[in-house]
Amino acid sequence: METTFTPIAGLVGGGLIGLAATMLLLFNGKIAGISGILGSIFFTDNSDRVWRLMFLLGLPLGAAFGAWLTSDALGFEIARNPFLLIVAGALVGIGTQLGHGCTSGHGVCGMARGSHRSIIATVTFMVTAGVTVYVMRHLMGGA
Amino acid sequence: MKNIISLICGTVFGIGLATSGMTNPAKVLGFLDVFGAWDPTLAFVMGGALLVSAFGALLVRGRERPWFADNFSIPTRRDLDPALIAGASVFGVGWGLVGLCPGPALANIGRGNVEILVFVAAMIAGVFAYRLIARVRALRTPKKPIGY
Repeated sequence: METTFTPIAGLVGGGLIGLAATMLLLFNGKIAGISGILGSIFFTDNSDRVWRLMFLLGLPLGAAFGAWLTSDALGFEIARNPFLLIVAGALVGIGTQLGHGCTSGHGVCGMARGSHRSIIATVTFMVTAGVTVYVMRHLMGGA
Repeated sequence: MKNIISLICGTVFGIGLATSGMTNPAKVLGFLDVFGAWDPTLAFVMGGALLVSAFGALLVRGRERPWFADNFSIPTRRDLDPALIAGASVFGVGWGLVGLCPGPALANIGRGNVEILVFVAAMIAGVFAYRLIARVRALRTPKKPIGY
């Protein structure tokens, strides 16, 4: 469960995320917020749907390439409990829609714009996520 | 053109997630576990992303329209409403339980890992349920358009 601090890989990968967000905004005028891109797929017209699906399709393609580039050195380790996975997934799905954004939309794009709403949202989800991890690992001693 | 650019942007985004290690839920949890074996990597990922996209925000400022579209779709709301705080709180709990937010969750679907598929299915169900309810509500009170 313990992972190594990899600041250089973090900065480089983060820079690529910022580059992707910048290109999407400058070329297409869209915010690279994953939860917004995903959420607006359902009730929209086809001209608005295709670019969203294309962006989302790029995520696993890019990740597979990135994993290959790094020989998957940064690893992959995930919880096994199906109940936990379902609850977490549902909370992430509902929460990001209600709060209009996730780590990318608020944490990167919104904060880069200096949006107060995004700064507040980012601080909020960082705190509740940190408390959740604290409770799971240090109070309940599991996960 | 618009769609090809989207695919390229999504792909670059995915490369960034994988090379920064953010596709590994254990690494994200390691960042959130401030009182445990803390792994500060996520702060560097966010810092790198913010640096570049803040530069991007400067590039966009003053431009009338993007290169390949008619206008910028940038959120304009400035008020802090309860939904923003409630939504961010709920999202944070879900994020902290497993260490997956929407980007890395979707980026991992090609792994052939059943846990990822279960999480993503639940996440998409949550997104769809919320949007469906919002849609039904909007149809009942036809005042302002939904979506952002």
